Amino acid sequence: MTAETVPRASRLAAVPPEPGVSKPDPILVADDVTRTFGGLRAVQVSRLEVQRGAITALIGPNGAGKTTLFNLLTGFDRADAGSWSFEGRSLAGLPAYRVARAGMVRTFQLTKSLTLLTVLENLKLASRQQTGERFFTALVHPLWRAREESIERLADEMLARFQLDRMRDEFAGTLSGGQRKLLELARALMVRPAMIMLDEPTAGINPALTQSLLRHIQQLRDEGMTILFVEHDMDVVMGISDWVVCMAEGRVIAEGPAASIGSNHAVIDAYLGAHHGRRAGDEELR
Amino acid sequence: MDFLTILGDASRAAIGPEAAIYALAAIGLNMHFGYTGLLNFGQVGFMLVGAYGVAVAVATFSAPLWAGIVIGIALAIVLALLLGIPTLRLRADYLAITTIAAGEILRYVYRSNFASPVTGGVYGLTRFADPLYAINPIPAGQYGFGQLSVSDRSLWIMVISWSLVALACVLMFLIIQSPWGRVIRSVREDEDAARSLGKNVFGYRLQSLVFGGVLGATGGMLLAVYTQAVQPDAYNPVVTFYLYTLLILGGAGRILGPVVGSVIFWFILVFTDSFLRQAIGTGLIPAGLINPTEVGAVRFALVGVGLMLLMIYRPQGILGDRREMMLSDR
Repeated sequence: MTAETVPRASRLAAVPPEPGVSKPDPILVADDVTRTFGGLRAVQVSRLEVQRGAITALIGPNGAGKTTLFNLLTGFDRADAGSWSFEGRSLAGLPAYRVARAGMVRTFQLTKSLTLLTVLENLKLASRQQTGERFFTALVHPLWRAREESIERLADEMLARFQLDRMRDEFAGTLSGGQRKLLELARALMVRPAMIMLDEPTAGINPALTQSLLRHIQQLRDEGMTILFVEHDMDVVMGISDWVVCMAEGRVIAEGPAASIGSNHAVIDAYLGAHHGRRAGDEELR
Repeated sequence: MDFLTILGDASRAAIGPEAAIYALAAIGLNMHFGYTGLLNFGQVGFMLVGAYGVAVAVATFSAPLWAGIVIGIALAIVLALLLGIPTLRLRADYLAITTIAAGEILRYVYRSNFASPVTGGVYGLTRFADPLYAINPIPAGQYGFGQLSVSDRSLWIMVISWSLVALACVLMFLIIQSPWGRVIRSVREDEDAARSLGKNVFGYRLQSLVFGGVLGATGGMLLAVYTQAVQPDAYNPVVTFYLYTLLILGGAGRILGPVVGSVIFWFILVFTDSFLRQAIGTGLIPAGLINPTEVGAVRFALVGVGLMLLMIYRPQGILGDRREMMLSDR
């Protein structure tokens, strides 16, 4: 097999499991990204590369800075310092909407379904290159009708793919929590991103829907999409990730394939505390 | 008690120029508040710059009336940009504070001594809309029947103002149904979601503020040419609250909400006024209980009670959808 036909995710096999390690084909590269809240260093990532076409999980204990890193990379929060580039293009300092247009689309920990838009409108909204989104063009229906029809076809395909077609014309506010997660993922895909960033995609949804969501995510990866996701459920992380990055106290403390990360000492220390397995006072006795 | 007179007075107010003018300004507010979720508490400021744009251009600088109208609209755009650029990136509350302050600043500037050579100070300006009445195609006389009779002059302004209301409603319908309207509503629902999908939330808010502000200024201009007078204290913050009242009464986020709201608002206002005066005049209500000079205040108290009942039993307004109200997590 040539390098071209090897699934890009499996090319991670040769990458050594070290924090900040270089990947063969990174789509996102971040350097020295820092963010402090008062005296607290929430994020202090010296180097992070995300492999193209792979599922990368971002794990870490509460307060490790995972969501803050998401916010920084996607323009929802301002970094104090640092640079990051996506597909070779610097995104540092860009507002959130331009990050999305560059092809890096995120979802939120607390789903943000647009309650009083229908499910179909939610999807159509996300589509790009609709000139009817300009004020004066919008007033002249024939100028944007054709594009609207093609967007609607795309949206209907997407609804069918995520089994949301029955809810097509319902307000998004009537969906269940799990359906909202699916809607958010489908909506993000309507932007036609090269990479999606999912913040706790399985939080608060039932196990059956979780399985369905994970299948969708793996299928997207197989179609060439890059996925970076924050997750607390270790079964989910171990089940679908090609690569796992662990953060603690704002830093990347470990990286590696899913199988290696469970036995990594830095990870265990971060989750359980450095003194686990020893009795209090052992330190002094030594 | 002459109920026919009371109903006649109330109906005349409900279809009169004021109802149309308030409807127009409230359509602008509906763009801001009902569709974009912008808390604009200074819609009266847009009315003021529109009204004075016409009045100052024509009365002070002897410009033609059409130029005054263009200036009024241009001033509304400038005001929207001045208000919006510093505040629309911030949380909604800041726009509310800024707009209510801006409306008052404008009123004080226009009524101040140093501005009086241009604005006429506290006395304002008069008789600047003669060209509009000169082209009135309606022959002189009274039109209508019985209590519903209006002069040719009033009818002319009614035709113009209700036509503008109809035009504004058509524009709103077209723009809200369009992809532009879809983005605007998404900004109202959740600005971060809109941003995450590549929408320039700030830009859309600014466009909404300008469009609704221009509609407000158009209402102000109509008020100015209808009364042939501008006087700064007519543009006090209470006007904005009336606009909110009738918008919520009719149903915010509905194309015809402000129109229905304005008609009902003016009907109720004049109905209670006329009723109270007659009731006191005929001794139905003892003059010792309500003095005729207090009628103006009492009718607003009654309108307030009516609104409270509406908020309790129909919080979505006349045209609103209860289900949407329940779903909304705003």
